[in-house]
Amino acid sequence: MSRDPSKLLYAETHEWVDLVTDADQSIATIGISAFAIEQLNDLVYMDLPEVGKSLTAGDEFGEVESVKAVSPLYSPIDGEVVEVHTELPDSLEKLNDDPYNFGWIIKVKVGGDTGRDKLMDHATYEKQCGEAG
Amino acid sequence: MTDSLASTPLDGWHRSAGAKMVPFAGYSMPIQYSSIVAEHQACRTSAALFDVSHMGRLKFEGNGSEDLLDHLLTRRVSDMPMGRVRYGLICDENGGVLDDVLVSNLETPSQKRFHLLVVNASNRQKIIDWITPRMDDFPTVTMSDRTELTAMIAVQGPRAMDVCQRLFKSDPTKLKYYHATITDQMKKPVIVSRTGYTGEDGFELVVRAEEANRVWENLMLVGRDVGFTAAGLGARDTLRMEAAMPLYGHELDETIDPISAGLSFACNLKDRSFIGSDAIAKIAAGGPSRVRIGLLPDGKRPARDGLDVLTPEGKKIGTITSGGPSPTLDRPIAMAYVDAEFANLPSYQIDIRGKMVPATPTALPFYKRPAH
Repeated sequence: MSRDPSKLLYAETHEWVDLVTDADQSIATIGISAFAIEQLNDLVYMDLPEVGKSLTAGDEFGEVESVKAVSPLYSPIDGEVVEVHTELPDSLEKLNDDPYNFGWIIKVKVGGDTGRDKLMDHATYEKQCGEAG
Repeated sequence: MTDSLASTPLDGWHRSAGAKMVPFAGYSMPIQYSSIVAEHQACRTSAALFDVSHMGRLKFEGNGSEDLLDHLLTRRVSDMPMGRVRYGLICDENGGVLDDVLVSNLETPSQKRFHLLVVNASNRQKIIDWITPRMDDFPTVTMSDRTELTAMIAVQGPRAMDVCQRLFKSDPTKLKYYHATITDQMKKPVIVSRTGYTGEDGFELVVRAEEANRVWENLMLVGRDVGFTAAGLGARDTLRMEAAMPLYGHELDETIDPISAGLSFACNLKDRSFIGSDAIAKIAAGGPSRVRIGLLPDGKRPARDGLDVLTPEGKKIGTITSGGPSPTLDRPIAMAYVDAEFANLPSYQIDIRGKMVPATPTALPFYKRPAH
């Protein structure tokens, strides 16, 4: 099933979050938005964290590099990395076409509620991008 | 502070083409139109058009202008034949590089001789301020800053030749490398020089500011069927990096002398003196304390400017001055200065934000265009 970007949550730093809560746990799948990918342009490298790394919202969990610049990736939420999309760094050209499905970067098992309340819905995020662009 | 930025005569064209504009050396300049990689590849396979109007253009006229330039430049100017272009450096008394420049020896159609000095945008005012008091000893020479009255366009790539051939009154492909002439494009004067900053064959054109859009559009129109592309400063940087051409502020600055930079070819030291010649001669005789080398970092991760270069044992011996992905080689490349005693190690390490990445030294340039 493909993710609908209008149903995702967004961080100010352009990461998207798909938060799925089952009976006993919440898993956040995290990627970067189509807007961010377009702004970065010509991606050449991505550095990913190890499974098991614990993150606090705002922590740097990796880096994405374009021809011109290095951009840190920030965790939008508290939690522990439970899965990493290891295929992604070798297929960065596919990020452009499918940032919300193939383009997922990490999955995080969410701890408390911290960080979640700072995330934006799609409409608010779009507004931020409009102002930036 | 957008309102304090100058814009080139082609600013409107860039914006209507959707360029991403960035502040650079006091100008608002296009960094890319669509993709740096695509613009880079267009330059290597067809040709790319660059607006380089931000570069400073200083015109020297009058009796003794070659004597003044001989005094200022590391390269001899007085023996340049008409139509010749030379790369040289302007240094201070200690041999520190104030700028790297191109000087052309030109003649107007009415046979008025002048020298054109093209300087880096970021150094333009500094160089004017450096030269002005030194002109007192050359009272018959005048210097005029032509930067804002003119525009400069670089056409670079293997197809630049046949396209330019169709556009100008005299055939610019007859120009030899590092030669320049004044010709016409639709009856308006253009300085055409066979120079560039991409490692490709091509031309740099200087036209009156009001002619810039017409010349640019003609080039785009005539070059359209062979794949001409407008390219921004992003591609200009990756191209010059592959060609290992120094960039002021990276490979060159006032703390670096021409010998360390590997530019001894641009210093004529024999039987002459110029500002900095004593210091440079001393460095040339004793050998420089650091040297510029090329590195191929392992893996895909680019090593950027400012990162530390270390020996395999972990001793810091230098700094990356330019680094990034090479679109042509499809791998990261980097230039660095290392202490001279470590100039010939079989391998190095680069500290990329805490991760030690092995790097192999390689001869410069990284890319050389295929011979014809």
